[in-house]
Amino acid sequence: MKIVKIIALILLVGFLCIQFVPTNLNQSNIVPKTDFLLINNPPENLSTLLQESCYDCHSNNTGYPWYNKIQPVAWFLENHIADGKDELNFNEWDALSNRRKKSKLKSIISQIKDDKMPLSPYVIIHKGAVFSETEKQEIIQWMTQLKDSL
Amino acid sequence: MKNVKTTTILAMAFISLTVMSCKDSKKEQVNEESHTEMNHDNSDGHHDNDTSEMNHDNMNASKDMMDSNAQDSDAKQVVADYMALKDALVETNKDKAAKAGKKLESTLSGFNVSNYTSEQQKELKDIIDDAKEHAKHIAKSPIAHQREHFKILSKDVVDMIAITGTETTLYQQFCPMYDKGSAWLSMSKDIKNPYYGSKMLNCGKVQKEIN
Repeated sequence: MKIVKIIALILLVGFLCIQFVPTNLNQSNIVPKTDFLLINNPPENLSTLLQESCYDCHSNNTGYPWYNKIQPVAWFLENHIADGKDELNFNEWDALSNRRKKSKLKSIISQIKDDKMPLSPYVIIHKGAVFSETEKQEIIQWMTQLKDSL
Repeated sequence: MKNVKTTTILAMAFISLTVMSCKDSKKEQVNEESHTEMNHDNSDGHHDNDTSEMNHDNMNASKDMMDSNAQDSDAKQVVADYMALKDALVETNKDKAAKAGKKLESTLSGFNVSNYTSEQQKELKDIIDDAKEHAKHIAKSPIAHQREHFKILSKDVVDMIAITGTETTLYQQFCPMYDKGSAWLSMSKDIKNPYYGSKMLNCGKVQKEIN
């Protein structure tokens, strides 16, 4: 019994301690000239969809939820965002060559088609991020057109 | 009771210290990484300038060298790795393809482009970056995705060979059915379709012979 108490106490104290560890926030007010939406100027509704469903992890500016104030959640999010930006950063779109843009578009299309993106843990919290079937088709069609125009 | 108290306090101190130091060292590492990356970029930039300015005399020499053996060893290795990957896809063997993708990624990472003109270098670097991304994804994807990436990778390798040349004869083959028509490279004239494997092993035709 005593052991259990001690362990619980240690865990609690550990939990409290890690709350003081600072996180690097992915936030920026500047939208660079290389931004995907600025360059390609998609229809208004698509632009909103992409911002809502993709930009939190695939740009330099994340709209953080309240629970990002809690560790270890914040670490988890930090990792996801780093990985997401590593694969694709919409803010830096135009820095890519046409060859690379085509490859990225191909991957975007295939990820959305297979419901791999937006990521399921993200969608659980952000209900609005889920694409409806029509939205999916619309995005895929538009992205395919863009890819073929390059 | 006193004992418990001291243990808890000690534990508290220990945990907070580890956590802090862990985070700090992580941060330091990140800093260090970005440092070296920066330096790397810098030195790379210098390097480019150096080669383009300094090695004017050398350049002719290396060009001669290039002419004498049509393809450098890096490009040759890329083709070899690509063929291993293609064969794995023909077998519809996901794990083998993943392994080949990994190998290809590391070959591409070590590709030395300094023997080429600056324009070729730019093009090659772009091709290599792109191919590397596809190889990386092939290393960790299910077979359907591997094939999707293989299609674009094939184009990258074809474009690479247009610059580097090839010692061995390669056959560009084409399957009109897969994803609105897709090409791949093979060492032999025989058709063995990497996009469908045994499902449609002989679907396709030779499109071009590359020497």
